[in-house]
Amino acid sequence: MSAEAAISTPPVAAPSRLLMSGNEAVARAVWEAGVRVAAAYPGTPSTEILECVAAYPAMYTEWSVNEKVSLEVAFGAAMAGSRSFCAMKHVGMNVASDALMTMTLTGVAGGLVIAIADDVGLSSSQNEQDSRYWGRFAHVPLLEPADSQEAHDYTLAAFELSERFEVPVILRLTTRICHVKGLVTVGERHERPVAGFTKDVGRWVMVPSAAGRRLPLMFERERRLRAEAEISDLNVVEPGSDRRVGFVTSGPAYMHVRESFPDAPVFKLGLSFPLPFASLRRFAEQCEQLVVVEEVEPLIETELKAQGFNVTGKDILPLSGELSPQVLKPAIAHLLGEVLAEQAKTAPMPVFPRPPTMCVACPHLGVYYTLSQLRNVTISGDIGCYTLGFGQPWNALDACISMGASMGMALGLDKGRSDAEKDRKIVAVIGDSTFLHMGMQGLLDIVYNRGNVTVLLLDNRAVGMTGGQDNPGSGRDIHGQEAPRVDFANLVRALGVRDERVHVVNAYELPVLLKTLREETKIPEPSVIITSQPCVLIKDYHALKPYTVIEDKCTGCGNCIDVGCPAIHVTRRDRVTKASGREVDLAFVRIESAACTGCGLCLKPCAPDAIVHVDTLAMPIRVVRKTAELTPGA
Amino acid sequence: MSETGKFDTTNILVVGTGGQGVMTATEILAEAAIALGHDVKKTEVAGMAQRGGVVSSHLRFGPKVLSPQITPGSADVLLGFEAAEAMRWRHMLRPEGLVLMNTGRLVPPIVELGLYDYPNDPVAEMRAAGTHVVAFDASMIAQELGDIRLGNTVMLGAISDHLPFPAEVLERCILKRFASKKAELVELNRRAFAAGRAAAEEAAKAEAAAA
Repeated sequence: MSAEAAISTPPVAAPSRLLMSGNEAVARAVWEAGVRVAAAYPGTPSTEILECVAAYPAMYTEWSVNEKVSLEVAFGAAMAGSRSFCAMKHVGMNVASDALMTMTLTGVAGGLVIAIADDVGLSSSQNEQDSRYWGRFAHVPLLEPADSQEAHDYTLAAFELSERFEVPVILRLTTRICHVKGLVTVGERHERPVAGFTKDVGRWVMVPSAAGRRLPLMFERERRLRAEAEISDLNVVEPGSDRRVGFVTSGPAYMHVRESFPDAPVFKLGLSFPLPFASLRRFAEQCEQLVVVEEVEPLIETELKAQGFNVTGKDILPLSGELSPQVLKPAIAHLLGEVLAEQAKTAPMPVFPRPPTMCVACPHLGVYYTLSQLRNVTISGDIGCYTLGFGQPWNALDACISMGASMGMALGLDKGRSDAEKDRKIVAVIGDSTFLHMGMQGLLDIVYNRGNVTVLLLDNRAVGMTGGQDNPGSGRDIHGQEAPRVDFANLVRALGVRDERVHVVNAYELPVLLKTLREETKIPEPSVIITSQPCVLIKDYHALKPYTVIEDKCTGCGNCIDVGCPAIHVTRRDRVTKASGREVDLAFVRIESAACTGCGLCLKPCAPDAIVHVDTLAMPIRVVRKTAELTPGA
Repeated sequence: MSETGKFDTTNILVVGTGGQGVMTATEILAEAAIALGHDVKKTEVAGMAQRGGVVSSHLRFGPKVLSPQITPGSADVLLGFEAAEAMRWRHMLRPEGLVLMNTGRLVPPIVELGLYDYPNDPVAEMRAAGTHVVAFDASMIAQELGDIRLGNTVMLGAISDHLPFPAEVLERCILKRFASKKAELVELNRRAFAAGRAAAEEAAKAEAAAA
C-alpha cells in the first residue's frame, strides 16, 4: 500500500489526550463537572457511560430498575442542589418521559444533564426514534456533540447551561458518537458547593394551581434559551468557498458533511434546540441554496420551513439510518444536476447471514428447545438475549415490542382470543431484569384481571444482552458489591400468583421444564415458572467438564442441532431412503470440546447416546476459553 | 491511500465475529497510530456482537480525520479474522487494496442447520474476482501456540508490514498491554506477533509466485 505520505507532519499528541469513545468522554466530563449523583438503566448504545462513571471516585452511581426511576433519582439530587446525571438509550426516555414532562416545569437547582443515546441504524434496538423531539416536547435545551471531544466538552457546557437557566438539559448522542473512539483532551474534577434542598411547595409540588403558574416561566425560559442559541459558542458557522449549497447540520452528520463537501459553508448546530433563527437567516443569505442534514427526522427542516426558509432536506435524503458520505454525495450531486465521477467499485460477494446466536451453554437454549416442542401455543416475548428465541432453530417467540410488554400482550392475547382459539395456550417469556424494569406491573394486571397466562421468568441474574450488568435480581450493585437480592418466587406470590402455581425449575433439566410447562399451560389461571441458572458470561457461572461425540455412534439424526448450541458442528451430511420409502437427511456432528462447558443440554435429544464426557474417550483436550467458536478447516 | 475529503487518511477495516478480539486488535492499531502523532477515529457497530454476530471495526488515521466510517470501496487494507467474513466485507476495499485474512472458519448454527452454505473456497473466489489476497491459517498458528485467543496478535503481526509505520511500533503497543501481567504472556504475544508476520510474508511470496 502507498500510505507512507501519512507519516509526514503529524501533530504531537499531548499526554492529556486520550483515545476515548463518546461514552467514555461523557463519563469523564461527568466526573470533571463535579457531579455527585449519576443513575442509569443499561441499554445499547448508552450502557458504557454509567459503567465508566462508576469507575471514577467521589460520585454516587447506581443501576436503577428502569430509566424513569433513574431520572427521578437524578432529579431528586438536583433538587437537593447537587449536580446530577442520568443516561439512557432512546427508548428509555419513553419510560422516563412522565417524569421529564413535569420536571421541566419545576426546573432544577443543581445542574441536571440527561444523556439520551439514539440507535441510528438500529444496531441493537426495536425501533429508531429521534430523541431530539423531547427537547421540543418538554421545552428543554438539547445539545448534539459530533465526536468524542465534543461529547466531553458539551457535557461540561450542558451543566453550565442547566444551572444558568435552572433547566434539565438533554445531551443527544447516537451510536456513532457513543461507540466511536477519538482523541480527547481531558481536564480534572472541580468540586462544587451543594446548596441543599430549599422547601418551596409552589415550585416542587406540581399540583394544578402551582403547575399553571410555572407554565409561563417555562415559555419565558425557552425565549431566553433561543436568544442564548443565537450567541452560543456551540453554534458555529464555517464559511466556505463553494456557496452553491450551504449545509445546516448537527451531531455526527456534521462530520459526514464536512468530509463530503470540504469547501461548502456549514452551519453546525451544537445547541440545536431552540434553533437560532436569526443567525440561520444570515447564513442562508450567504448560500445559493440551503440543505438540512439531520439524523433522522426532519425536525430542523420543518421548523425552518415554518419560519419561511427555503430549504431542502428529507425530500432528497433518507428518513432513516445514518447520513454517511456515500449517502450524501450522490444526493447533493443530483440536486446540483451533476454526475458523480464514476468510482471504481469492488462488488459485494454473497455470504450467508450471521445473526447473533445464544452462547454455548446459555440457560435460555434449553428453554427455547422445550418451548419449540409445545403445540397450539402463542408465545409473547420481551427484550433481552431471549428475544433471539424467535429465530432458528427454535422459532419459539411470536411477539416483542418493548420492555416488559410480554405480560400485557399475553393478557391481551388471552382476552382477545377468537372462538377458534379457545384452547390455545398463552405463554409469556421475560428475563429477570426486564421483569423488574417494567414487567411486574403487567403480571399484577394478569393476576388482578384473572388472566390465563403461563409466565416463564428466565432468571439468569444479569442484564445479559448489554454485557451482564447487575440489577436487583443479581444481588450485586453497580460496583459489584453485595446488595439485597430480590426473591422472585416471593415477589410473584406477593403479586397474587397462587403458591402452587409458582415453580422454580433448573433451566438445564429439560424433562422437568417440559412437564411443568405442559401442566401449567393446561390450568386456566396465572402461573409463573422461574428458571434459575446464571448467564454464562457472568462470574456466577461455572463451567463443567466438556462433552464430545463418539463418531461411530452418531447416527446423523441431527436432533442435537435443534438445541441451537453454537458448539455443535456438522462434519458430514447424507441422505438415505428408509424402508418406508421416505427420504431422510442426515447430519453427523462433532462438539467443539474447547468451547463446550458441559451444560449437557444436547444429551437428551441424542437418540443413540453418542455424546460423552471428553475424558471418557481419553483424548487430549485444551480448554482454552469459555465461548470459543473456532472450527479450523471445518 | 484514500482521498476522501481534504486530508490523506489511511483506512483499515478489521472484520470477524463476536469474541475473536476484532475490537481489541483495532484499538491496538489505533494506539500505534496515535503513538506516531496521527489523528485517529475508530468505530464499530457491535450491539449484538457478543452473541457471535458479525463485527466490523473501522480505523481511520492521518493528519485530521472527520467521518469515522470508511466509505465502501475505500479501505486500504481489509484484515479478516474469519474466512467468510473477509468475503462479506470485500466491497469495502478499494480495487487495488489488500485483503489479509485468516483461512480459519467459524461455522454458525444457521449453516449447521442446513439453511445456508458456507462458501467453498473464500480465498479462491476473492482472487477470481480480482482481489489481492494474502491468506494463511491464523487460527492454527494460535492453537499451536497454545491459546486461540492469541489469534488477534497473530493477525496484527500479519498486518504489521503493510502499515505506513514500522512493525516494531505496533509490536510495542501490543506488548505494552501485557507489561503489567505475566512475563509469560508478553513472550507468548511476542511469538504470536512474529509468527503472524512470518506467515503473512510467506503467504504473500507464495501468492506472488503463483500469479
